Amino acid sequence: MALSGIQIYKMLPQTNCKECGFPTCLAFSMKLAAKQVELDDCPYVTEESKTLLAESAAPPIRLVTLKGQNGEVQAGNEVVLFRHEKKFYNRPGIFIQVLDTEDVAAISDKTEAASSYSVDYVGMELRIDGFAIEAASGDGATFAAAVEAVRASTGLPLILIGDDPAVLSSGLDKLEGEAPLIVGAHETNWETMAALASDRGAALAVKGGSLEELAELVERLNEKGVEDLVLYPAVEGMSTSLALNTQIRRLALKNFRPLGYPTIAFATDSGDPGRSSLLAAQAVCKYAGFVVLDTFTPDLIYPMLVLRVNIYTDPQKPIQVQPAIYEINDPKPSDPVLVTTNFSITYFSVANEIEGAGLPAWLVVTDAEGMSVLTAWAAGKFDAETIAKAVKEFGLAEKVDKKVIVIPGHTAVLSGELEEELPGWEIKVGPREAVDLPGYMKTVLT
Amino acid sequence: MPVEIPKDSWPGAVSTVTLGATSDEGGSRSSTVTIGGEQSLPFMHFEHPTPNRPVIAMEIAPTRPSDWSAVLLEAWGSTADDPAVWAEACEEAGADLILLQFGLKGTGDDPITADFAVSAVKTVLGASGLPLVVLGPGQIEIDNSILVPIADATKGERIVLGRCEDGNYRTIVASAMANDHLVLGRTPMDVNLAKQLNILMTDMGLPLDRIVMDPTTGALGYGIEYGYSVMERLRLAALQGDAMTQLPMLVNPGFETWKTKESKVGEGTPDAWGDWAERGVNWETLTAVSLIEAGADVVVLRHLESLKRVGAAIGELMVLETV
Ligand code: B12
Ligand code: SF4
Repeated sequence: MALSGIQIYKMLPQTNCKECGFPTCLAFSMKLAAKQVELDDCPYVTEESKTLLAESAAPPIRLVTLKGQNGEVQAGNEVVLFRHEKKFYNRPGIFIQVLDTEDVAAISDKTEAASSYSVDYVGMELRIDGFAIEAASGDGATFAAAVEAVRASTGLPLILIGDDPAVLSSGLDKLEGEAPLIVGAHETNWETMAALASDRGAALAVKGGSLEELAELVERLNEKGVEDLVLYPAVEGMSTSLALNTQIRRLALKNFRPLGYPTIAFATDSGDPGRSSLLAAQAVCKYAGFVVLDTFTPDLIYPMLVLRVNIYTDPQKPIQVQPAIYEINDPKPSDPVLVTTNFSITYFSVANEIEGAGLPAWLVVTDAEGMSVLTAWAAGKFDAETIAKAVKEFGLAEKVDKKVIVIPGHTAVLSGELEEELPGWEIKVGPREAVDLPGYMKTVLT
Repeated sequence: MPVEIPKDSWPGAVSTVTLGATSDEGGSRSSTVTIGGEQSLPFMHFEHPTPNRPVIAMEIAPTRPSDWSAVLLEAWGSTADDPAVWAEACEEAGADLILLQFGLKGTGDDPITADFAVSAVKTVLGASGLPLVVLGPGQIEIDNSILVPIADATKGERIVLGRCEDGNYRTIVASAMANDHLVLGRTPMDVNLAKQLNILMTDMGLPLDRIVMDPTTGALGYGIEYGYSVMERLRLAALQGDAMTQLPMLVNPGFETWKTKESKVGEGTPDAWGDWAERGVNWETLTAVSLIEAGADVVVLRHLESLKRVGAAIGELMVLETV
C-alpha cells in the first residue's frame, strides 16, 4: 500500500537540513508521497528506511520489461480493475508466433513483414511489439536456427517458448545482451528454468492451471531470487480464461504478492483465425500484459492495435490535437477554409481525407476540449462564438483571400449565427461525413 | 499453496426481460428470448452463474438499404431486397432476434407512411418466428407516426419499440403499455442521463421488466472506450443496487462499425488496412465482443460471419469455468 506523507516523514531524519531542495523533511515527504521526487534526493535516509519505503512503493503488479536488439516492451504497474477508476497504463505487448519447425526462409518472410508493419491511427504509428518463437522441434540446433532467422529480419523483443531448458538455452545463445521472455517454468522444470532465466537476464513465465499452482511456483521462484516473472494461466476456453485473469488482477490489487505479476495470453492453436481474434480481443480488454497471436494479417492486426489504444486511453483525457490552423497540402491564399474540432479522431478523419485526395486546404481546428463535432456542439464548445474566436485569434484573414468558411454538415444550424459573428465571411455547409469532403471540394468549392 | 478466490457478492441484480410472446402468451412467436437477470459482472459464473446468455439481434431493413457498406450488400445479395426472405435467412443462421430498422423512406423514394411500416412489420412477423425489435428513423414526428400504429397492429407480441429518448418517450411508452410491448430507451453515453430516462419511463407506469436500455456506443477506433466504460459503470451501479440502472443493455456494433471508413471504403485505403471484407467483419466482431465483456445483453450485428463468430464466443463465455 502507498504510504502517506506523514508515514514517510516518520522514516526520514527529521533534521530539516534542506539538502533535498525543500525547506523541511515534511515538505519533502509530501512530494515523495505524491511521487514527484525521488527518495535518493535525500542523502541521509537510513538503509532500513530505504528498504521499508521501497517495499511500500512497489506497485501491486510488478513492471516487467522485455528488451530486444532494438525496442522494448513493458507490462505491469497496473493499479485498477476498471479503466474508468483511473486508467490502464501499459498497453499489452502484441507478439506474433512462429514455430521452429517452419522453413527458415518462411520464418524470415513472416517476421520481416510483421516487423516492418505499421499503420497510422489518429496520427499515431501503431506496430506490433515482437515475436514468440516456439521450440516445437524439441531440438536445440533447429531452435537456434529459427531464432537466427527471426533476428536476421527484426530486432524486436522476443518470447522463447519451450519445455526443455537445454533447447531454450541454444536459442538464448543468439540473444546476447537482450532481455527476452522464456515460457515457461512449470511443475517439473522450474528449477532449471529459474537458473536459465537468472543466468541470461531473461524474464520467466510461470505456467499453471490454477491460482494455487501459479502462486506456489512463484513463491519457489522468488526463493531462487527470480523476480521478473509473468503469469501464464494455462486454461482452455474464454470463460475460464476470463475468470482466472480477473481473479489474478483482483488478488494482485489486494497486494497478494505471489500473483502480483503481469500475465500472458495465447490466442493461438485455435485452428480458426476468427476465434483467435476474439480470444485476443478479450485478452486486451481483460488484463493481459502480453498477447500472442499465431497469425499476422493486416485486416486483423489493425483493429487489434486500435482496440489496444482505445482501451488504454486515459479516460480523463480524450486524445486531442493542438487548436490551430493546419495547412494541408501547402495551401495558397485562394484555397478553401474548413473548420473542425480538436478531438484527434475528428481532426484526423478530416485531415486524412483532404490530404489523401491531394487537395490543398486551410483547416481551422478550434479548441473544443477534445470533443467530437456533435459532442462539442451539444456541450456548447463548438458554436458560432468559438469558431469566430478561433478565426480571429489564428489570424485567418491574413492568410486567405477568399472569405469562405466550410462548416461540418452535422452543425448546419450554426451557419446563420456564424455569418453574424463573422461579417464579411460567407459560410458554407459541407457534407456530414468526412469521406464525402473530397467530392464536395472538387464539385461545390471550385 | 491455498489461495482464497476473491468473490464479490452484490446486493443488486439486473432485471429479467422477456422479448416476444408465443401464441399461448398472446403473441405469435415460435419462441421467446429472455435476457438480463445478472447478479455478477459479466461471466463471473464462480460468483453467480450468468442466468441468461447475451443474445444477437440481426439488423434488417424494410427495403434494400442504400447506405450500407458494399461489403454487406454483396454478402447479403438479393436476400436484402425482401425483408421476409432476409428475416428468414437471419433466423436460419442462428440469430436470436430480428431488429427491423426503418429509415425516412417508404416505397421507392416516397416518404415513409404508417401503412408501409405496419405492413413491413407484419411481413417480418409472418416470415420469422423470432422476437422482434422495431426502430423508427429517429425523428420524433415520424417515429411516433409509425410506431403507434405498429404497436396497435401487433398487440401482445412483446415487440421492443424504440427508441425512446429524453425528448420523445411518452408516446412510445404509452402505446407499448397499451399493447403489451416493450421499449428501448437510448441516452448518449452517460450514466446519469440513462438513469434519468429510466426514471421518466417507469414513472409513467411501465415496469422495469419491459425496458431495455441502449447506453450508446462508438465503434472501435471511434469512441468505443467511452461506450465500454459507461457500460461497465452502469453494470456496477446496477449490481450495487441502484434500481434505475438495473436494465439489460442493448448496443449496436453493426450500425456503428459499418459506417466507419474502415468498413465502408474499399478503394484507395492504405495497404496496412488489409483485406476490406475481413477487416469489416473484424471491426464488427471485435467491437461486439469487447462490449459483451463490458456487460452488453444484446448486440445488434449486420454481417452473417460476425453472427457466427460472436455467437461462438458467447457460447464459450457461457461455459461454467473449470477453475
Ligand atoms: C463518443 C461520444 C461522446 C463522448 C465524447 C467523445 C469526444 N471526445 O468527443 C462523451 C461520452 C464524453 C460524450 C459526451 C456527451 N455527448 Co456524445 N457522443 C459520442 C458519440 C457516441 C460519438 C462521437 C464521435 O466520437 N464521433 C466520431 C467523430 C470523428 O465524429 P465527428 O467529430 O462528428 O466528425 C465527423 C463528421 O462530423 C465530419 N466532420 C468533422 N469535421 C468536419 C469539418 C467539415 C468542414 C466537414 C465538412 C465535415 C466534418 O467528419 C467526421 C467523420 O465523418 C456520438 C454518437 C455517435 N455514434 O455519433 C454521441 C453524441 C455526439 N453525443 C451527444 C450528446 C448529447 C452528448 C452530451 C451532451 C450528453 C451527455 N452524455 O452528457 C455530452 C456532452 C459532453 C460534455 N458535456 O461533457 C449527442 C449529440 C446530439 C445532438 N445532435 O445534439 C450524440 C450525437 C449522441 C446522440 N445520438 O444523442 N459523447
Ligand atoms: S535532505 Fe533529507 S534530511 Fe535534509 S531536509 Fe531533505 S529530507 Fe530532511
